[in-house]
Amino acid sequence: MKEHGRGGRFAVIAVPYAWLLVFFLLPFLVVAKISVSEMETTTIKDIVVWKDGALAITARIGNYLLLAQDDLYLRTYASSLAYAAVTTVLCLFIGYPFAYFMARARRALQPALLMLVMLPFWTSFLLRVYAWKALLTEHGLVADAIEHVGLDRALAAIGLIPGPGQLMNTPFSLILGMTYTYLPFMILPLYSNLAKMDLRLLEAAADLGANAWTAFWRITVPLSRAGIVAGAMLVFIPCVGEYVIPELLGGPQTQMIGRTLWDEFFSNNDWPMACAVAVTMVLLVIVPLAIFSRNQAEATRQAA
Amino acid sequence: MRASVANRTFARAWLALGYAFLYVPIVALVVYSFNDSPVPNVWRGFTLRWYAALPEDRELIAGLALSLKVAIATACASVVLGTLAAFALVRYRRFFGSTLFSGMVAAPLVMPEVIIGLSLLLMLVSLQRITEAAFGIGIPERGMLTIWFGHLLLGMAYATVVVRARLQTLNPQLEEAALDLGARPWQVFWLVTLPMIGQALLSAFLLTFTLSLDDVVLSAFLSGPGATTMPLVIFSRARLGLNPSVNAVATIIITFVAVGVVVASYLLARSERRRTLDAALAERPAG
Repeated sequence: MKEHGRGGRFAVIAVPYAWLLVFFLLPFLVVAKISVSEMETTTIKDIVVWKDGALAITARIGNYLLLAQDDLYLRTYASSLAYAAVTTVLCLFIGYPFAYFMARARRALQPALLMLVMLPFWTSFLLRVYAWKALLTEHGLVADAIEHVGLDRALAAIGLIPGPGQLMNTPFSLILGMTYTYLPFMILPLYSNLAKMDLRLLEAAADLGANAWTAFWRITVPLSRAGIVAGAMLVFIPCVGEYVIPELLGGPQTQMIGRTLWDEFFSNNDWPMACAVAVTMVLLVIVPLAIFSRNQAEATRQAA
Repeated sequence: MRASVANRTFARAWLALGYAFLYVPIVALVVYSFNDSPVPNVWRGFTLRWYAALPEDRELIAGLALSLKVAIATACASVVLGTLAAFALVRYRRFFGSTLFSGMVAAPLVMPEVIIGLSLLLMLVSLQRITEAAFGIGIPERGMLTIWFGHLLLGMAYATVVVRARLQTLNPQLEEAALDLGARPWQVFWLVTLPMIGQALLSAFLLTFTLSLDDVVLSAFLSGPGATTMPLVIFSRARLGLNPSVNAVATIIITFVAVGVVVASYLLARSERRRTLDAALAERPAG
């Protein structure tokens, strides 16, 4: 409201703005700085030093060279992206029909259906991931069911598990855990998008001779694009840097970049290296991040 | 469009399977918490002993106390900052650096938590070094306060989304009418705007409270010696393997959340209906 006066307007913008600058943007600059710094046993050397009347800047790019050359790091980046992509596709495959059927269910039922999707989202994420551990280890409920129908042989054949009966700590358990955790993030934006759709468009398509399938692909899907993008980004970006799920459900072969960063920091105590990993991770997600924020801004503009 | 019987059956089956996927792990957690076996995934009969052992579990109780304190502080501050940010985005839209602002508000929603945790910690460590050089003591010390900073960053982003969605649906004419009738801007906020966005603020409070209560990664980076939150305790046990105490805690948390969410959404739905009715009456043309 313009009537709030300049002082009110200034405070409303400045307080959250300043907070984000100090606690969100500034930390990134610190990380970028440390990633090119040298470490002396316990302290980080300053990269800019005022010495003998001259400004000396020492930036060490050794960490980045190592990241770019070491096979292990490169493979970790590639597999993080691959796991995140597979998870996103699976979430979309399960979530789109799910959200679609929710949005087309009886009006009176929809609040309840929506709440049932939100409820797991409200219960502890950590505990829900932990729950899969019990379900997938030997003699676990889901493990037994999978073995009973012989699905484990198919999974072993496509290389998601090392052999029949070994489901835990494999690419399979990791993908299952990530899909499970992030599915509501896909369903919710899709649902809110699909629920708003003008159904008369479909009637018009039917009047013009399109069958239900054509109408779905040529009207419903294009109209729900913003929901698809929002959902896909909400799944993909956090998945790339996921730490808890690979740590609890992944195995030795499922190295992910979030875990690499964690190990560099907590186990190896190599802060500059951890920072270099963080910077490259940001670079990895910056394009999807830009798509996400543009999509959000567009949705805001349309709603306004 | 009338869906055929086959289509409807398919839709129902898809929804049923989807919900089963979402709920089987939760149900299993609860069921196994009553399992009389040290290996939680093989059923050996009913027991309550894991619950009986919980009050003796010092580590977990201390973690819970800290987590609750941080969660309440996070929820309160997130709602305040989130509301301010939502107002800035919805009401003022274009201002100096507004693109950067909206980007920074949304980024913590998707930014991998390891990055947020690491960068916030290193910034605070740098700050510590500076204050140590200047005053002889390094502040802020790692502990409850620093965990709160991290949770607030995440909580603010979520609170902004919730409050912004509500603000966008508000009819600005109601506020303009109040201004025309001579209300001061702050009166308009307290008497007109706040009651209308009250439910959104409550949702934001509950959401950020649960987020904070659940966070592992940010807490791991930002906690200090002696400041271990409950999720950190649970995580360190879960890492080592299956642990019946985790199932018992899980069941208690799930019960609280389920009851809380059901009650809250019932109350919200009721007051929403009343508010829609009031708004409709208020906006009805006279005569």
